[in-house]
Amino acid sequence: MRLTLEVWRQLDAQTAGMFETYEVPDASEHMSFLELLDHLNESLVRDGQEPIAFDSDCREGICGMCSLVVNGVPHGPQRATTVCQLHMREFNDGDRIVVEPWRAGPFPVIRDLVVDRTSFDRIIEAGGYVAVNTGGAPDANAVPIGKDEADIAFQAAVCIGCGACVAACKNASAMLFVSAKVAQFAHLPQGQPERKRRVRDMVGQMDREGFGGCTNTYDCEGACPKEIPVRFIAEMNRGFLAAKITE
Amino acid sequence: MKATPPLPSLPRPSVPLLSYVTSTIGRKTLVAITGLMLFGFVIMHLAGNLLIYQGPAALNEYAAFLKSKPAVVWAGRIGLLGALSVHLWGTLSLAARNRSARPVGYRMRRTIVSTLSSRTMVLTGFTILAFVVYHLLHFTVGVTHPDHHALVEATATGTRHDVFAMVVAGFREPVVASIYIVAQVMLAVHLSHGVASTVQTLGFNHPTFTPLVKRGGITVAVLLALGNGSIPIAVLAGWIGGNA
Repeated sequence: MRLTLEVWRQLDAQTAGMFETYEVPDASEHMSFLELLDHLNESLVRDGQEPIAFDSDCREGICGMCSLVVNGVPHGPQRATTVCQLHMREFNDGDRIVVEPWRAGPFPVIRDLVVDRTSFDRIIEAGGYVAVNTGGAPDANAVPIGKDEADIAFQAAVCIGCGACVAACKNASAMLFVSAKVAQFAHLPQGQPERKRRVRDMVGQMDREGFGGCTNTYDCEGACPKEIPVRFIAEMNRGFLAAKITE
Repeated sequence: MKATPPLPSLPRPSVPLLSYVTSTIGRKTLVAITGLMLFGFVIMHLAGNLLIYQGPAALNEYAAFLKSKPAVVWAGRIGLLGALSVHLWGTLSLAARNRSARPVGYRMRRTIVSTLSSRTMVLTGFTILAFVVYHLLHFTVGVTHPDHHALVEATATGTRHDVFAMVVAGFREPVVASIYIVAQVMLAVHLSHGVASTVQTLGFNHPTFTPLVKRGGITVAVLLALGNGSIPIAVLAGWIGGNA
């Protein structure tokens, strides 16, 4: 496959970035999108140029590191797929592909396509955990949890924290991420003692980080590689009000 | 197993709920509540408007009835103005925040599942606001067409404001009629996202009911626009008030 890539290059957070165009004459349809960038980087290094910086880790769609906006869609055109699991067979010979980093104030570019997502870590630090002493590991099934509730908690817990929801949202809102991290505990007995303070503190931190608000356009749900539903946002709206009223 | 000590109680805020209404979620909730109030008014307004199909007597009698209850009318007006102010404050302050949350934009951006109406709420909202100002100047204050506004109808005990004749005279002007029709289209687009959106913002989302709410919101929005928009069309066509 012959492809033309327009890639965002930026030296660091302080320097202004720009798009550079690269020709890849010998891409394979079996390459993942990240392997295409590896392939391009090898030729850049051979030519004595700086390789393109991008985030990756597990490359099997579960770690949440990869974070590329491909042709205007976070993680690219294939639904429910991280960009590391996106393969070049989704594209056509001769395509022109625009590759950009996540764009959001709370996700400043570190270099090229790598953004700083520690704002997400700070939201988790604000309350996205269970801190109460639960003793030693309990026997399996010692705490009965209904199948429906367990499924809902799991549906939220599959969030890999990649930030595609923020990247896709026209407001750069983090509501889908935060609501999933709130809901994964709100549906389990272990999450109950800290339920109110968790939602209050995580939403407070989300606002302090400078993310936008939710306008219910739901592009976050469409971009989420784990297909986390926006019903968790409604749940968080409800839980946040309950926490504030009883504060 | 050692008993977990009870958690210290949450600190009490100095002003209850102040931090709620200034949070992004709280402001959006106020937008939803005031939006529902305005939506309720629009439905009542349509019910009143449709009296025009019963003829001059029904519409003018309803108008005279409202005029005879100034306390109720003014309470409604002040309530609506308050709801509108909060609706505007919430949306505009959030919209400014939302814009600044992405200082560097995308070169290429494709939407995934979002609807056009959900992305154009500020535009449709401002068009409706501009229309409401014009509509009040036209029919309520009588600034744009003072001659229409001055029309009166003789009754057994004297005269009363001839709302029917005023509406017919106004909508016989194609430019005026088209302003009203365009505004109704904008209202339908605004509400086709807005109605279902308030339900989500207020914290309700259900696998069965949410799709129904979405369809219901769009249906009501379209019916509202058809109901209101039918009046200028009927006047232009001569179905109401006969041919000029």
